[in-house]
Amino acid sequence: MRPRLASWTLNGLLLAGSAVALFPLAWMLSVSFMHPGDTGSLPPPLLPADATLANYRTLFLRVGIGGYLANSLAVSTAITVLSLAFNLMAGYAFAKLRFRGRTAVFRALIGGLVIPAQVAMLPLFLLLKYLGLVNSYAGVVLPALASVFGIFLVRQYARGIPRELLEAARMDGAGEVRIFVQIVLPLLRPIVVTLAIITFLTAWNDFMWPLIVLTGQDHYTLPIGLASLAREHARDTELMMAGAVVTVLPVLALFLALQRYYLQGLLLGSMKR
Amino acid sequence: MNRQRVAWLFLTPALIVLGVFFLLPVLGALALSFTDYDLYALADPHNVRFVGLHNYWALLHRPVFWAALGHTAYFVAVGVPLSMVVSLGAALLLNSPLAKARAFFRTALFAPVVTTVVAVAIVWRYLFNTKYGLVNALLEWLGLHPVDWLGDPHWAMPTIILFAVWKNFGYNMIIFMAGLQAIPAELYEAARMDGATPWRQLRHITLPLLQPTLLMVAILTVSGYFQLFAEPYVITEGGPLQSTVSVLYLMYDEGFTWWNLGSASAVAFVLFIVMFAVTALMLRLSRRSLREGELA
Repeated sequence: MRPRLASWTLNGLLLAGSAVALFPLAWMLSVSFMHPGDTGSLPPPLLPADATLANYRTLFLRVGIGGYLANSLAVSTAITVLSLAFNLMAGYAFAKLRFRGRTAVFRALIGGLVIPAQVAMLPLFLLLKYLGLVNSYAGVVLPALASVFGIFLVRQYARGIPRELLEAARMDGAGEVRIFVQIVLPLLRPIVVTLAIITFLTAWNDFMWPLIVLTGQDHYTLPIGLASLAREHARDTELMMAGAVVTVLPVLALFLALQRYYLQGLLLGSMKR
Repeated sequence: MNRQRVAWLFLTPALIVLGVFFLLPVLGALALSFTDYDLYALADPHNVRFVGLHNYWALLHRPVFWAALGHTAYFVAVGVPLSMVVSLGAALLLNSPLAKARAFFRTALFAPVVTTVVAVAIVWRYLFNTKYGLVNALLEWLGLHPVDWLGDPHWAMPTIILFAVWKNFGYNMIIFMAGLQAIPAELYEAARMDGATPWRQLRHITLPLLQPTLLMVAILTVSGYFQLFAEPYVITEGGPLQSTVSVLYLMYDEGFTWWNLGSASAVAFVLFIVMFAVTALMLRLSRRSLREGELA
């Protein structure tokens, strides 16, 4: 009898925890289908009495959230594709190529992790201002094109590639670039997927730097657009919940589809830091 | 092609990005913090003057700086232990052989981590609304007094802490689960044979063997929580009565609302120094406790 009680308690706790974790998201979805003003009644309704897409219509037709969505997609995709290329090359070099200063440079990069990114933001803004890149997509994309975390992740994984494989290819006269593209990249495929989703999610959810560098609505990404809408439409609960759904849904769906890779990267990245 | 040259060729793009867009600005921030760079300098760089440590000195005499540091310290001191306890609890539950539908529970508990801070912070703002929020409706249903969560300076930061715990605990939960799985099952079997209660197993097997993981998670979480910004920006806008202004909020305000980039850089550096000192202290203390553990 006792193990059964323990099992009930334990699974009950897990169920309660999951309910707390998911409730705000479920509520957000439910309210996004309510008519404007529905949440202003007491007691607050949990489900829409008469579901409507009115809030989404307002967001896309009048508020122009479609533009923010397109900006977010463009910026996050550009960051993912380009930084993936740069981090893969650098991570592979640190793991498998011999060169003078390898350990020193790598240690310096890891050491740089103690500096919070925000320290760089004020001069970075000035730098981009002099380059004429404030309020441009490039202003968001450029600083994100390489990350120590990404390089570290690739290096950890690439160390597992057998040296003999690369040496054999060199004996056959293959150039280093060809070895990288034809032999190394296919072997790195799992970590490429992992790093791609982590990078995309980070870029999509990023807030402080885009808030600083994007000064005009035309270039707003979703989080910035949403934060600005929230100040303007503080009372329009239903509209804001629809905006939150538009912002969260793409990344949540991406995570659900590829969570195995995401969680693996999280574990690899947290080891031996 | 020369092997050395190839290696550097592979490294160059990433190193240029990190050099130009991180290393250079960090050095720039240090330089900037010794100047009076402000709106006038933004218009014409000739207006910049070197002021030595004046920005730092002035900061130490501004009550708003100490308040921001205090709020951030409060957020870290309460938020980090609370987050870790919840993460560890969830990991222990999920890791138990009695747990059913483990994959579902893991995904559900982790879901808040991947959501966009700004979006879910807005959700939070409505859930904790004093009059129409569901949290107060629940309190009332339980026969408790409603709380002015976001309007009362004493409650605003606790509300933000609750939000941060909800949003982040899943991340450390995954790391703890991996740590727990690395503990040999025989140890628990032996303990059970000796009649050890689950509580004693936790105290004498799980926690000691998990110590390296706990330390790493603690340091990463402390660093992350010191960088509090988006939550107060969206949920409370620093209020009420500036009770949720964090150090980074102050830096943002000083730098990008008032364009005092010199003094804002000093704020950024003070935050860096504080973070560095706290994590170094944690490392030292944990080393000492490890050594004492060996002696005992």
